[in-house]
Amino acid sequence: MLNRISTYFYLRPRLILALFLAPPLIWFLVVYIGSLITLLINSFFYLDGFTGQVVHQFTLQTYEKLLIPTNLQIFLRSTVMAILVTLACIVLGFPLSYYMARFAPPRMKTWLYLAVTLPLWTSYVVRVYSWKLILAQEGIISWLARIIHLDGLLNWYLSHETIGGPSLSVSPTGIFLVFVYIWLPYMIVPIQTALERVPKSLIEASGDLGATPAQTFRTVLLPLAFPGVIAGSIFTFSLTLGDFIVPQLFGTSSFYIGKAVLTYQGTSGNIPLAAAFTMGPIFIMIAYLLIARKLGAFDAL
Amino acid sequence: MSESVILLKNVSRHFGEVKAVDNIDLEIEDGEFFSMLGPSGSGKTTCLRMIAGFDRPTIGQIILYGQEVSNLPPYERPVNTVFQDYALFPHMTIEENIAYGLMIKGVPKAERAKQVSDMLDLVRLPGFGQRKPSQLSGGQRQRVALARALINHPKVLLLDEPLGALDLKLRQQMQVELKTIQREVGITFIFVTHDQEEALTMSDRIAVFNEGRVEQVGTPADVYEHPSTPFVAGFVGTSNLVAGEVAQRITGSSRQFSVRPEKIRLAKADDKIEKDMFVADGTVRDVIYLGLHTRYLVELEGGGDLVVVEQNLNTTSMDVTRIKNQKARLLWKKEHISYVGG
Repeated sequence: MLNRISTYFYLRPRLILALFLAPPLIWFLVVYIGSLITLLINSFFYLDGFTGQVVHQFTLQTYEKLLIPTNLQIFLRSTVMAILVTLACIVLGFPLSYYMARFAPPRMKTWLYLAVTLPLWTSYVVRVYSWKLILAQEGIISWLARIIHLDGLLNWYLSHETIGGPSLSVSPTGIFLVFVYIWLPYMIVPIQTALERVPKSLIEASGDLGATPAQTFRTVLLPLAFPGVIAGSIFTFSLTLGDFIVPQLFGTSSFYIGKAVLTYQGTSGNIPLAAAFTMGPIFIMIAYLLIARKLGAFDAL
Repeated sequence: MSESVILLKNVSRHFGEVKAVDNIDLEIEDGEFFSMLGPSGSGKTTCLRMIAGFDRPTIGQIILYGQEVSNLPPYERPVNTVFQDYALFPHMTIEENIAYGLMIKGVPKAERAKQVSDMLDLVRLPGFGQRKPSQLSGGQRQRVALARALINHPKVLLLDEPLGALDLKLRQQMQVELKTIQREVGITFIFVTHDQEEALTMSDRIAVFNEGRVEQVGTPADVYEHPSTPFVAGFVGTSNLVAGEVAQRITGSSRQFSVRPEKIRLAKADDKIEKDMFVADGTVRDVIYLGLHTRYLVELEGGGDLVVVEQNLNTTSMDVTRIKNQKARLLWKKEHISYVGG
């Protein structure tokens, strides 16, 4: 009986392919694309300020409200934060990925891999809260700064309006630090994978042809690792752009995109404006991917 | 005899307990096509990697053109390598790949382009400069790898099983081309291979490697006709190894010797036994007809087997198979045996 079923499917490869692909395709088309389209449609409705009801009528007035200077400020702030977090993740992640891919003995590599991904096993909220303790007024960093008599420097740093705040745990710097911490694994893994795919003989060939290790790094390793860096940066960039928990917990009064969406949708029930807000990161991401393509990140795909 | 330009003195390379290369001495002459032949794990590739600088000897010295290089990094040695997997840079065009060494040296762009085009002509790939390595066949990549190494005018070109990944026809064609290019550019080639036929075809001299040691160094004819150890006799071509009592009966000495199957012939009825010949009597146990030639397995009287190969000059498969299980007398010239080992 089982045999006959196997034979039936063996003779109809297209059918088995369809059966396998149907669940993910339904998931993607209906749930994922479907909800995106719903968002898009919603962003063309508007909220009647008097009744507090959403008016199901095509209009651009929500977008007019979206593009006021305060909101543009939010987009700009979020994008800058996402760029800074991404750059920091690259700078911190590359050396470790490089060591893991090229030098670490197999056992060491397993342990490092575990160490990098282990934080992902625990709850995101718990990890974020633990940073609250590290960065708080009476937290580890302030305590350390006092011991080595650098609390003056810390206070001076926090007194700058764009980066500081009452304490590290309520400041853009705090948001930045926590973002870098929680998204770093998403940068390390793709870079490490890309570097691992570079055959050792390419490195040797470069040295054989007269290139010093620094030249080899610049002309061979870096270009070949670039797709990995871009893949990682897509994660860190988009995750930072959309996150609302970290700005909520560590933020000053200034909004980020995620927090704005949460506020408009949840608190004030302005679903059209929240939907329009969500379109923002989508367009920023599209722009980002176009720039990445221009830089040749997808040539190897 | 030209001067020895590459010297390996007491070179050993240990990986933990394993002696990958075990106390090797080699002298390679200027402009020669030198092959390192041996099975995998025999130390030939490790030896090449030490000359290139990817690996350093545990003990011993490597001297290139009078300069001790044992501890120099690859980028400071006057050698270039053609890798087994070609190791072309996938993100660069063929032109950029070939020009890589010049680019590193800071040669101006116009000069680079000119030299690259000369090199593409040398390896018969004109007009391929703008393609990417992934658009080329195995044989073409092989030539690009060769051009990329030769453009730097190295004193020595190292080739690590460069033909291993090619199919038979292409491999034979590339053997001829490599040899031609070597004569054209006139530099020393050190060629690592496990293919004895390839080594015999191309080399001026061959070093036969086994278990980290060099068993024999000599011209192809030397190594083939006069193997000095049982390993060489068995690895280079096929050989009959005879020892002990059987050897005693044939040569009058129990020393082990080797004799090539094609040197032995099946005696005809009217054959006389000359003074300079060895004789052995036996029974033909197996006949394998191979078209060009036939292989016979002869069981000797009093024990032992000999393999005999004869060309099918006048015989057909019908004729040769008829002598199966018949008595036969084997003859060969005394000069065709080599005493191997103790």
